[in-house]
Amino acid sequence: MRSTRMSVIAGAAILGLALAGCSTSSAGPSEDDPNQVEVFTWWAAGSEKVGLDALVAVFAEQYPDIAFSNAAVAGGAGSNAKAALASRLEADNPPDTFQAHAGAELNDYIEAGQLQDLSSFYDENGLYEAFPDTLIEQLTSDGAIYSVPSNIHRANVTWVNVDVLEGAGIDPTVAPESMDAWIDDLTTLQESGVTAPLALGTEWTQMQLFENVLIADLGAEGYTGLWDGTTDWDSAEVQTAIGHYGELLDFANTDYAGLDWDAATQILLDGNAGYNVMGDWAEAAFVQAGQTYGTEYTTWATPGTDGIFDFLADSFTLAVGAPHETAAIDWLTTISSAEGQKAFNIAKGSIPARMDAVATDYPEYQQTAMASFQEDTIVSSLAHGSAASVSWSADLSSAIGKFGADRNADELLTALVAAAAAQE
Amino acid sequence: MRKGVRNWGPPLLLLSPTIIILGIFVYGLIAANVRVSLTNRTSLVPATEFVGLDNYIALLAEDRFLHSLANLAVFTVVFIAGTMLFGFLWAWMLDKGVSAEGIFRSVYLFPMAVSFVASGVVWRWLLNSAEGDRASGLNRILETFGLGFLQNSWWNEPTWGMAAIALPAIWQLSGYVMALFLAGFRGIPDELREAARMDGASEWKLYRFVIFPQLSPIALSALIIVSHMSLKVFDLIMSVTGSIYVTEVPATYMWVTLTSNDYAKSATIATVLLVLASVFIIPYLIQTARSEKANR
Repeated sequence: MRSTRMSVIAGAAILGLALAGCSTSSAGPSEDDPNQVEVFTWWAAGSEKVGLDALVAVFAEQYPDIAFSNAAVAGGAGSNAKAALASRLEADNPPDTFQAHAGAELNDYIEAGQLQDLSSFYDENGLYEAFPDTLIEQLTSDGAIYSVPSNIHRANVTWVNVDVLEGAGIDPTVAPESMDAWIDDLTTLQESGVTAPLALGTEWTQMQLFENVLIADLGAEGYTGLWDGTTDWDSAEVQTAIGHYGELLDFANTDYAGLDWDAATQILLDGNAGYNVMGDWAEAAFVQAGQTYGTEYTTWATPGTDGIFDFLADSFTLAVGAPHETAAIDWLTTISSAEGQKAFNIAKGSIPARMDAVATDYPEYQQTAMASFQEDTIVSSLAHGSAASVSWSADLSSAIGKFGADRNADELLTALVAAAAAQE
Repeated sequence: MRKGVRNWGPPLLLLSPTIIILGIFVYGLIAANVRVSLTNRTSLVPATEFVGLDNYIALLAEDRFLHSLANLAVFTVVFIAGTMLFGFLWAWMLDKGVSAEGIFRSVYLFPMAVSFVASGVVWRWLLNSAEGDRASGLNRILETFGLGFLQNSWWNEPTWGMAAIALPAIWQLSGYVMALFLAGFRGIPDELREAARMDGASEWKLYRFVIFPQLSPIALSALIIVSHMSLKVFDLIMSVTGSIYVTEVPATYMWVTLTSNDYAKSATIATVLLVLASVFIIPYLIQTARSEKANR
């Protein structure tokens, strides 16, 4: 009789398993209601969350009938969100609109046919006129535009500790003319007793420094040419840039590989370094430390990149097969509107992509950035996904990280050339 | 005939949920993974063709992957040597008889209860490579005690840096190996030791010919468990250094390729890792199965 009992238990177990397999996932009650929009971001904390909330408030004002559904995935600087997004896209269950860095990072989605062309949206909303021409150029891929930028950051900013420079007799208000002049200043600073005058952090901050050097040594056109194939990666200019970059590393703190950007900026704040090359989100760190722009710290475009704006942007897309397409377009309209951009950017500490924004609404640093954004030549940032596709960036990141450890310039050059060739 | 079904039917029925779940979620997914690794799916675009072993050939010829294997080798050797040494040492000392053995046992075993991620965050700070004025963590401690010359760059050192990453892993798992060895020591009947002593064996000979042979199955299990953990190391490295080139191992490399949408390469690395782990585990399983049969 024992075996009969066992059969019953086993049968029950199987039944349970089968039932578990059949149970349907409980979807939201109003899945078919067109008056809602599901927005997928990785803005779940900090100033980004504040910015998103401000944006949602404007959206609720402009489109009171549409319910906003927040599909934010936290953590990993967006890497968790990207993994979650990839599986949703793979399963043909896209969110209506998702956050992505503007520029080449979208290439994979575009090639896979997962994004809708937004050029008619740009036409209808007059965005071709509202955004700077050079930005439109960087956003356009084969004549089409796939995303709407919500905020702009600048990656070629050098942050300067005024006291440290003055202590070595260097005028902090005037940026050195070129990379060579900057290296001279760094040498002076080092000789005055600042052992590591350039604060640097982990792999992506190294990549950002390297891209700054590339822009300085190749100019805007040459640098942009690296990404569309018109500039050779083994050109003499790139080799000069590698040389300059190697020299800069000699002035950096030795523990750079282990520091994230905020820890590197902290070295500057503490007066243990004179310079730090970092995107303009670092502004928040200086404000938080109670420092005043102009007296305790100052900024200029990284030497040699004056007149060039190395941009990165968060942007929103329209997914192919978006369940609530018209509502998603309304969301994109809010993002691109003057009110939406103002609400978001003041909260996040970035600058709007629209040229008709009123500068006096923004804090002091942002005003200078907005002025340069309108006047300067805009190029795309490598370290933040605007310049190169995800896999290309990953290859370059590894090559630069390797150089940071072994300083082998020849191998770096070979790796750069190979990474470009792999994209063919 | 009917009797036969009554014999094996119910056990099979009981096991079948597990078999089905394992079949789908372990072996089915391994098969799916291998399939992806044989295609040209290097982006979000669906695969267009099978490329055979091309991905494997390219990967094994790649400097970056060989570098990650070299890192893994350094990590594994230091990690295994460290845990086995400390695990055995502690078990031996406890077996010699100390007062408050329970307390020591818990103290040594406790780090294992902490997750790699949590301890990794602390070790990230302890292993900070800044020296001199900005030193923190271990370098700061060394400096404070006048041992400044011992300060070093820890995992920032390009070739042997991975040995530093093994420190937290040793700290966490030595206690586990100790518990295994301690169980081994306790499993050896006192009569055997007494008999050896009666026969005039020296302490060294007692260990060499009586204790060690009886501990060897335990040592083998510990070695297998520790080494396969080492091959899979991911969370510790991600929390101490993040996914950077200097400390790259195959598992973190796999993560990088996955997040940059290179699915074929990611699947290839995953398969290579699985094969590496099997090299350790399958002989062990065979050996265990044999000895169990022999004992029956």
